[in-house]
Amino acid sequence: MNLNATLFAQLVVFFILAWFTMQFVWPPIVKALDERAKKIADGLAAAERGKHDLELATKRSTEALREGKEKAAELIANAEKRGAQLIEEAKLTAKVEADRIVAGAKAEIEQEAVRAKEALREQVATLVVSGAEKILRREINAQAHADILATIKQDL
Amino acid sequence: MSTAGHEAAANAPTAGEYIVHHLTHWNSTGHAQKDVIDFSVINVDTMIFSVLMGVIGLFVMWRVAKSVTSGVPGRMQAAIEIVLEMVNDQAKGIVHSAESRKFVGPLALTVFIWIFLMNSMDFLPLDLLPTIWQAITGDHHAYLRVVPTADLNGTLGMSIGVLLVCIYYNVKIKGFGGWVHELFTAPFGSHPLLYPVNFAMQMIEFLAKTVSHGMRLFGNMYAGELVFMLIALMGAAWTASATGVSLFIGHILAGSIWAIFHILIVALQAFIFMMLTLVYIGQAHEAH
Repeated sequence: MNLNATLFAQLVVFFILAWFTMQFVWPPIVKALDERAKKIADGLAAAERGKHDLELATKRSTEALREGKEKAAELIANAEKRGAQLIEEAKLTAKVEADRIVAGAKAEIEQEAVRAKEALREQVATLVVSGAEKILRREINAQAHADILATIKQDL
Repeated sequence: MSTAGHEAAANAPTAGEYIVHHLTHWNSTGHAQKDVIDFSVINVDTMIFSVLMGVIGLFVMWRVAKSVTSGVPGRMQAAIEIVLEMVNDQAKGIVHSAESRKFVGPLALTVFIWIFLMNSMDFLPLDLLPTIWQAITGDHHAYLRVVPTADLNGTLGMSIGVLLVCIYYNVKIKGFGGWVHELFTAPFGSHPLLYPVNFAMQMIEFLAKTVSHGMRLFGNMYAGELVFMLIALMGAAWTASATGVSLFIGHILAGSIWAIFHILIVALQAFIFMMLTLVYIGQAHEAH
């Protein structure tokens, strides 16, 4: 353990090495470490934000789902109501139509009956006349009693 | 008889010779240093290995720093980051000035890595590099010590460097007048009668800090090296006898145990030197 000039040489080397580290080694690594720390902090904040957003979205989707269900139920109820209404209306229309048809038919039947009566009346008159003619042919001239016959025919 | 004895000594040195040889530096004079203090001599081995270790350590860190990414780090980058973060945390806890930390942080990191690598030279087999060196030079008595921190010059050089940094920050933070004022009024108080006592205390404090700082590291590494030498002597005394075989086994056992324990010492001493560097510089920032 002798002391000699190595001491001073070592002293100089010491400062050169420290200077080199300060100049070229320390700053870039410290910068990278700080940057990474910031990145991690940002990432954590983003994750926190994402979680919060997800919560909100879940809440919103539940809300939307509930609203949709409500709306669908309402629509179905409306449709059912409308369907019932339509059926009711159709029934009513059908009844009116049926009544109308029935009335028409009745009128036609009546008309037909009237026509038939008319025809019958015509035929009866003819028959009566022909009967009477046959009777009268033996007794009287048909032409002479035509006006009487017309009056009878009118009264039938 | 004397020639025969000399021959035997040359071929197989005694335990004492072996240790003394291993504790002698390869210096600029070519022979062992005679005086305790001689500033005309320089230890070539200490300089080579300390500079080599510093360059290796800084080169690796520089390579990492050049391709550093704030994204996912590679293993090497992660390893360097762990050390740097550790040093930076310690520096933040001890030196409160962010401006000073721009220099103190890198300084502490350099000290830690550099001393760690220099201490790690102890893990190489004790005779490996000296034997290679002796083969290269062809001189079987060539001196070479491979652990720069087991040289008092190396450790005191660094602790004096720390002392200079402390004085620099004392003057920078308190002003030259403020520092001189502190030298004479702290720690006992401001009274003309106390000035010399205070000043003496401060001088002793600076001296004790610096010497103990350097001596602590040197002592640990020197003692560690010495133990490795003693263990090596155990194996060297191997003979084809029961005692010889047990010595050989003892060498392997003790060598393994001491090397494993030395891993702790290597890292611990590097850490302690770094922490004390930070503490002393931190003290320079605090006004009494």
